[in-house]
Amino acid sequence: MRDDNVCKGILVPGLPHPLLCPEKNEGWQRVRDAYEKARVELEESGAEILVLYSTFWPSILGHQIQAYPEPEWTYVDEEFHDLGSIDYKFRMDPEFAELAVTKCKERGLHARTVSYYGFPIDTGSIVALKLLNPENKLPAIIVSSNMYANRAESIVLGKSVRDAIDASGKKAAVVVVSALSNRLHTVEIDPKEDRIHSLKDHEWNSKFLEYLEKGRLEDVSQLSRQFHNEARVPKVVSFKPFWIMASIMGQNNLYDGNVLAYEPICGTGAAVVTLTPAEDTAGDLEYDEDDPEFYKGDREVLDFYDQPGMGPLEERDGD
Amino acid sequence: MSKGEIVMGALAPHPPHLVYAENPPQNEATAEGGWEELRWGYERLRDSLSEKDYDVIIIHTPHWATFVGTHFLGVEKFKSLSVDPIFPNIFRYNYDLTVDVELSKAIHDSAAEEGLLVKMMENPDFRIDYGTITSGHLVNPKWDKPIVCISSNRSKFYFNSELMQANMIKLGKATRRAVEASGKKALLLSSNSLSHRHFTTEPEIPEDMSKEHITNHNQYLWDMKMINLMKEGKTKELIDLMPDFTEQTVAETEAGCLTWLMSALDFPDYKATVHAYGTVIGTGNAIIGWDPKKAKI
Repeated sequence: MRDDNVCKGILVPGLPHPLLCPEKNEGWQRVRDAYEKARVELEESGAEILVLYSTFWPSILGHQIQAYPEPEWTYVDEEFHDLGSIDYKFRMDPEFAELAVTKCKERGLHARTVSYYGFPIDTGSIVALKLLNPENKLPAIIVSSNMYANRAESIVLGKSVRDAIDASGKKAAVVVVSALSNRLHTVEIDPKEDRIHSLKDHEWNSKFLEYLEKGRLEDVSQLSRQFHNEARVPKVVSFKPFWIMASIMGQNNLYDGNVLAYEPICGTGAAVVTLTPAEDTAGDLEYDEDDPEFYKGDREVLDFYDQPGMGPLEERDGD
Repeated sequence: MSKGEIVMGALAPHPPHLVYAENPPQNEATAEGGWEELRWGYERLRDSLSEKDYDVIIIHTPHWATFVGTHFLGVEKFKSLSVDPIFPNIFRYNYDLTVDVELSKAIHDSAAEEGLLVKMMENPDFRIDYGTITSGHLVNPKWDKPIVCISSNRSKFYFNSELMQANMIKLGKATRRAVEASGKKALLLSSNSLSHRHFTTEPEIPEDMSKEHITNHNQYLWDMKMINLMKEGKTKELIDLMPDFTEQTVAETEAGCLTWLMSALDFPDYKATVHAYGTVIGTGNAIIGWDPKKAKI
């Protein structure tokens, strides 16, 4: 194992079924069991803080980071309200949240902490924290998913969080809460009949999992745009979780990947995967994207300051 | 029992900034003002409603997004705190509201008859979305009328705008039929903005009006196009243009609220009353009323 301040990366799904009713479907139970295995890995990793990035928490005004010390509520999912209520009480690290915001601002991002009683923590974060950190042994922060952010901004966000981890002197585990393919069944189904919504979704999920099992996190990150086009319902502009995860974890393929589960939950691709820093690279990197260090705002196609010179028009068009 | 009726329909957008700016006792955050044009527009809408006798407010809300069918509140009382997940600094509102479960269930059943997938929400711990609360507060700050709250099925994401509209037209028809059968008088609210590209930063003082304007001119032109169609009573043309409008301005009409309202009002060919148009963090918002009595003049 390679010594790294980010000692574990974990991908988990965020729908509430593995928490509230795993017994209704064998696959949901396997996801629940995989959550338990990931919890044990996490506990043995030496992590001192959890950094959650949740695709279930959209933000608009830059990037929000949860900093209320002990958020507590009885939560009901807006879609799956008939599965029951979830009581929660979590432990956040306000000091680390402030540090992360400072680091975001140093890299040009608009960011702020949120610290309000009753703030509606999202389903994905609740499920992940309840199952990975049930006794609140580790303090956590939760990072929102800005709905307009594209790759450059997401990479810089990940680097900012990494800056905070390094500056804190703490060992951290990164948890991204996201489905792979995210197409839900749009009709009621018998839980026993659950399946990935389409073969195409399944094939793309399998391709991503094949890469993740080999520890090829940066390659997965680089394929995110393609995955968004092929296997995601375009509710937001891009598929960001692996950009964030790779950016926080160092933008390389130096990991031992462990796919603990891959199952359908209401049609979506639900995977539990852990990544542990390793000495050996999994293979050639396929880097072809920019590697921005600072965020300078969106670059528009027609921004003249960035546009290459077109040269003078020819006097005649050849007719 | 006499026949029920829709006494008015309104486009009633839900930027929490408008509640924040009014400093009602229910909201914990306080402001120095802001967004007056829209708030005065809501005053005018309330004035127009003061002459109306109605029993219930039916709200179709974008911020209760569902993907498996359309859901309806099915619990009589809700009392809790609503904290806006996007703007928690300005909206932390203590609500205490009553639901007309009987009418809610009637619309649910009527929609099922139209072939729509529907579901009652019967979990008492459910937290009401801030869109419903904001539109509800701005139209009826006393909260002395029960509400019916309808989720927005996001079929636009899973299929396209046309399919979403087809379903919302059915839902509107089902709503009208249920209201008429109930014998009740209903006010209908479409709780959505028009163009919906936000700024991604906020001024240090959120109500600093020197920073407020439409995000881009394209949005403004589209908003005016749609509002003018409403003013001219050309609501079928409005529906025809809605997919393009939604696509071009990332409009909140993607949630289906406005299509539902037009259908419930049976596509008014009379003039709508524009109470206000203004922007909130760059999005276009209009407060507009349709009074079916005008159709009879």
